[in-house]
Amino acid sequence: MNWIINTFGTSIGKKFLMALSGACFIGFLLGHLGGNITLYFGKDTFNSYAEHLHALGILVTMAEISLLSLLVIHVLTGIILFFQNLAARPQRYVANKRAGGRTWASATMPYTGVLILSFVLLHLINFHFVKKTPDNTIFDIVSKTFAQPGYMVIYIIAMIVVALHVSHGFWSLFQTLGANHPKYMPIITKVGIVLSLVFGIGFGLLPIYVPLIAS
Amino acid sequence: MTTQGKTINITLKVWRQKGPGVKGKLETIEAKNISTDMSFLEMLDTINEGRIVQGKEPIEFDNDCREGICGMCGAVVNGIPHGPEKAMTLCQLHMRKFKNEDIIVVEPWRARAFPIIKDLVVDRSALDKIIQSGGFVSMVAGGAPDANAIPISQNIAEKAMDAAACIGCGACVAACPNASAMLFVSAKISQLALLPQGKPEAAQRAWNMVHAMDDCGFGNCTNEKECEAACPKEISIVNIARMNREFIKAGFASHVM
Ligand code: FES
Repeated sequence: MNWIINTFGTSIGKKFLMALSGACFIGFLLGHLGGNITLYFGKDTFNSYAEHLHALGILVTMAEISLLSLLVIHVLTGIILFFQNLAARPQRYVANKRAGGRTWASATMPYTGVLILSFVLLHLINFHFVKKTPDNTIFDIVSKTFAQPGYMVIYIIAMIVVALHVSHGFWSLFQTLGANHPKYMPIITKVGIVLSLVFGIGFGLLPIYVPLIAS
Repeated sequence: MTTQGKTINITLKVWRQKGPGVKGKLETIEAKNISTDMSFLEMLDTINEGRIVQGKEPIEFDNDCREGICGMCGAVVNGIPHGPEKAMTLCQLHMRKFKNEDIIVVEPWRARAFPIIKDLVVDRSALDKIIQSGGFVSMVAGGAPDANAIPISQNIAEKAMDAAACIGCGACVAACPNASAMLFVSAKISQLALLPQGKPEAAQRAWNMVHAMDDCGFGNCTNEKECEAACPKEISIVNIARMNREFIKAGFASHVM
């Protein structure tokens, strides 16, 4: 069994854990966005989507448990990497300049990660751990929340942060899994940018759109 | 010599540190009439000659071949390892790349795994430890085999050669925001993993070298690509992807543990 620890415990092993859990989250985001698109079709479509989703019962619970475990892996590994990497350069440079590889997104991964984690908690409190009744459907809850300017701004900013995180994370996960090939990497990089835009716009417009159709 | 080349006056801010573990600081040194035909190291030589005459401690720095092939030289110049020029070692950088009145900050490679010996000189024996753990092929010495006895496609030979261009200078570690040595290790793993001679020991090699790298206290790669941008031999991060594959193969699909 030691070999498992000796594989995942290494620098490459931890990268793998980040990449695999990250890949799952991108899959989740796609699914989540697919569901949320029903919001663009109005109250009834969205409520019926939510009903159908919850009718899956045990499958939903299983998905929730998997997502939670993936979250624990992604966050814990990320924290370990962050502190190990800080410790790897105890004395920082006086002059700092990028040689040309680093981007805004790559440089801020740990910070955008923390922001996303706090957002996810807020998001669950807002929409998940709330009692839904026939007079207070999930659509009502969502539209009431987005009607508050503070929440609207937080949700939009959070989606920009997600887009930033994904824009580095997507190509990066392929590189980590060893899939860097001159034929495919240019495509992967472009797909990553498109995907982050899709997430940013697809989710990010909802806080503006939903209050409009609710009133 | 009658021809007079262009000269510039520069201000150096050089990291001075008396020895390992002691506190260092930047020292400001004015350098007047530096010929733009000098290399960066010749400029340091000139300053040092002046300092020795004045009874001051010279600036300690590493160098050997001064033609960009040995990997001994290196310092972080204005925040970039080996200075601002692409694909160039510090010994090949010329003062014509700088302007009159420039302020140049010169620092040693900074990483926990590279303790400073003095001034700009760091101990890079961690890289040797990684090589000792598996960066070689075990061969039975004997008569040289016939050329072309083992067919290798041109494409593969090129890739192996590109990886083998690594001079082990450590600029990748210095450039990496996480002080990771993955570009170096991946080049050393790749140059052998690509070729038939390296295949028999590939799994053990990847396993040993990655563990040795971690044991030396390098950071973890987060795909920042700064290493590739700073590398004087333009080693590509495609090698890191290959190393990741080799390591995971070793971890899950081989006997090594
Ligand atoms: S001194 Fe040999 S590479 Fe610069």
